[in-house]
Amino acid sequence: MPDALLTLQALNAHYGDFQALYGVDLRVDPGEVVAVIGANGAGKTTMLRSIAGLLKNAPGAIRWKGQAIGALRADQVAGRGIALVPEGRLLFPSLSVEENLVIGGQLGRKGPWSLQRVYDLFPILKERRHQQSTSLSGGQQQMVAIGRALMANPELVLMDEISLGLAPVIIRQIYEALPGIVGEGLTAVIVEQDIAKALSVSQRVYCLQEGRVSLEGQSQTVPREDITRAYFGV
Amino acid sequence: MTLSVTRRTRLSTTWLILLVPIVLLLIAAPWWAGRADLRLMGEIALYMSLAILWNLLAGYAGLVSVGQQAYVGFGGYLFFALTMLAGLHPYAALPLVVLAGFVISAPVAVLIFRLRGAYFAIGTWVVAEVFRLSFAQISSLGGGSGTSLAPDIVRSLADGRDAREAVAWWLALGAAALVLGTVVWLLRSRQGVALTAIRDNELAARSLGIDIWRTKFTVYVVVSGLTALIGALIFLQKLRISPDAAFSANDWTAFVIFIVVIGGIGTLEGPILGTLIFFALRETLADLGTLYLIALGIVAIVIMLFAPRGLWGFLRDRWGLELFPLSRRVSGLAKKEA
Amino acid sequence: MDWLNALVQGVLLGGLYALFAAGLSLIFGVMRLVNIAHGDLIVLSAYIALSFGVALGLNPLVALLLVVPTMALIGYALQRLILNRTMGEDILPPLLVTFGLSVILQNALLMGYSADPQNLQAGAIETASVTLGPLAVGLMPVMVFATAVAVIAALQWMFYRTALGRAFRATSDRQDVAQLMGLNRAHVFGLAMALSLAVTALAGVFLGIRTAFDPAAGGARLIFGFEAVIIGGLGNLWGTLAGGVILGVAQTVGAKIDPGYQILAGHVVFLIILALRPRGLFPRIDG
Repeated sequence: MPDALLTLQALNAHYGDFQALYGVDLRVDPGEVVAVIGANGAGKTTMLRSIAGLLKNAPGAIRWKGQAIGALRADQVAGRGIALVPEGRLLFPSLSVEENLVIGGQLGRKGPWSLQRVYDLFPILKERRHQQSTSLSGGQQQMVAIGRALMANPELVLMDEISLGLAPVIIRQIYEALPGIVGEGLTAVIVEQDIAKALSVSQRVYCLQEGRVSLEGQSQTVPREDITRAYFGV
Repeated sequence: MTLSVTRRTRLSTTWLILLVPIVLLLIAAPWWAGRADLRLMGEIALYMSLAILWNLLAGYAGLVSVGQQAYVGFGGYLFFALTMLAGLHPYAALPLVVLAGFVISAPVAVLIFRLRGAYFAIGTWVVAEVFRLSFAQISSLGGGSGTSLAPDIVRSLADGRDAREAVAWWLALGAAALVLGTVVWLLRSRQGVALTAIRDNELAARSLGIDIWRTKFTVYVVVSGLTALIGALIFLQKLRISPDAAFSANDWTAFVIFIVVIGGIGTLEGPILGTLIFFALRETLADLGTLYLIALGIVAIVIMLFAPRGLWGFLRDRWGLELFPLSRRVSGLAKKEA
Repeated sequence: MDWLNALVQGVLLGGLYALFAAGLSLIFGVMRLVNIAHGDLIVLSAYIALSFGVALGLNPLVALLLVVPTMALIGYALQRLILNRTMGEDILPPLLVTFGLSVILQNALLMGYSADPQNLQAGAIETASVTLGPLAVGLMPVMVFATAVAVIAALQWMFYRTALGRAFRATSDRQDVAQLMGLNRAHVFGLAMALSLAVTALAGVFLGIRTAFDPAAGGARLIFGFEAVIIGGLGNLWGTLAGGVILGVAQTVGAKIDPGYQILAGHVVFLIILALRPRGLFPRIDG
């Protein structure tokens, strides 16, 4: 087995008195796409936010290339090469489209992604580059959010519900761009409600149920009834 | 099994029983305290009132004012004007001062409630400055240099100096009781429930149909009227008023804020505890002058950073102390569990 | 003619008020912080210039080269060590902490420099005048006004054209997402306060050259700056200049009617504008 890029070991997460994650273990190897599925409230977003450093954790609960990063701030995690495409896109409304992209790359990490490459991937953004990000359609905003994460030239990108609230045609467009994104050694963790979509783009899959890992397997071979059971807990 | 809701705790009941002899002792103070002690106690009662009022404003209603000196000065000046210019007896002037405080603070509230959060704070300061500069223009009250209370008005309070000192003390004590009673009554009323809801979550409170603006407006006007009364009594004690003394941001706001922050903001007991600590420190450290103020400022900052609910909040979290029966407690639940 | 003179003096005075306001507006824009000690920090800058003048024999305008970085450093340290601990949903902690700071500063200055009014001596430039049409106006006020315009133009450029400005706007929009971009919020806030106090340093030195100051002079300066911000419209840098000019003109015209009305007239105009246009005269459209 190759050295893991990212490992979660007994990760717990709390919001005040409420515990959202209970001892989650997860492993991501270099170059693979891992899908995380689960019902609303299962803890998927919490897990990504923990990895990205937006929630404080025990240092050793999250390891990046063997190093404990669980207690780092979000900006320090970003500096290690982990980027998050947050749920709900969360663009900066006072920044133009281009500024939203440029700020994604402001740490100056070297890599294949540049403003030009993002515009090649999503040509519509080039046309709209001087507009305020709030004036874009939902799909275009999602493209900005993805582009913003890529501009950081991360080694690992975490994508949270990138198809949420978008028209099917837009979702197809975004998922068609995905192979071009993860093709170049970029590793990805994808949180997705649409199970079929998640399985089709990933190599491995985890299912979360009420804050615990209820299933782990190969995306192509895991039996569908196992997923149903893990997803709904029946 | 029966569940019952009560606001009383054993401590608060004990305290309320203890309160009776304490109050009687305080009323009898002119017979056992010296003249200087009586004056100091009067000052403590008035400062405690200011602290309780400011705490209601900032700690409960979220209206962080740094301009309550506007109403202290307003009350003081109006009391002088009503007695000296309009010829009213001091006892008749005092209720009018409260009334005038209500009347003047209502339009002020309408205006400065347009400012949000911290900008509201500075807005209150502007209002205080406007009051100060305006009263400095009134030449019949001495303009910028101020005036003294006419001797015959002082004499009309009571015969003889000791009797007057006693009356001044009873007025201060009565005012403090009125302030404390009003605040406890307000917090236990529907307005109090609304206030607590607003303090905990303004958005949720609004969705429950609580009229936030009106609740805050009521608090602001009530607090301002009572602050004016305290102002009148402060300058009745001092016998002399000037714009700089009447509208002093240091004396009537900075000290009061430090008292409340140190004692515990957002608790009823905090301002009382804070006032006692403040005067204990002042009586022992006043010689330090400006250094004393610097130390107070540092203590307040440290408390705000590390124990934002102040000394009383710290004690309460530790031992669940509560002297005034304000929060509702459900009893009988424990039996159900067992 | 006298009235025209009062008007011009008021406009130029407005430049100084805009400098009071710009620092306040900047930190409110970036981190929604209202610094009650802002006025006292303006006065502190004047005292620092005074001390540099005494110790090194510097003209206060030259001393600016030292005062500006000194205040910027103080601002960064203040934010990182104290104010960042108070930042959050609740507005009470930052308000009360900066209020405590204000009292500490005033009394520390009182101990260090006594209550005697001080003045910064800038030499011949203080009495020099320039001719503007039919009027002769002081060179210093014109310089202060020009500086205010330059400072606001520079801040505007920084905000909308530089990486730092982008970081400020992004952090102001969404603090947590800005962290995801690798921006350390604590550092960004520190830089905003450093910049705010750098502008404050200019304001303080110009104040000290213009009028006598004492340790208690800060409160009024905070209020003037605040009034300029609100009159101009929150979040609008050029608006603070307009607000400062309106306030300055109100004061000089008020003083022309009766010297006792100078400050009062400014407050009254502020309250009238608050009553009629609560969002200020030039609110930011997207606000």
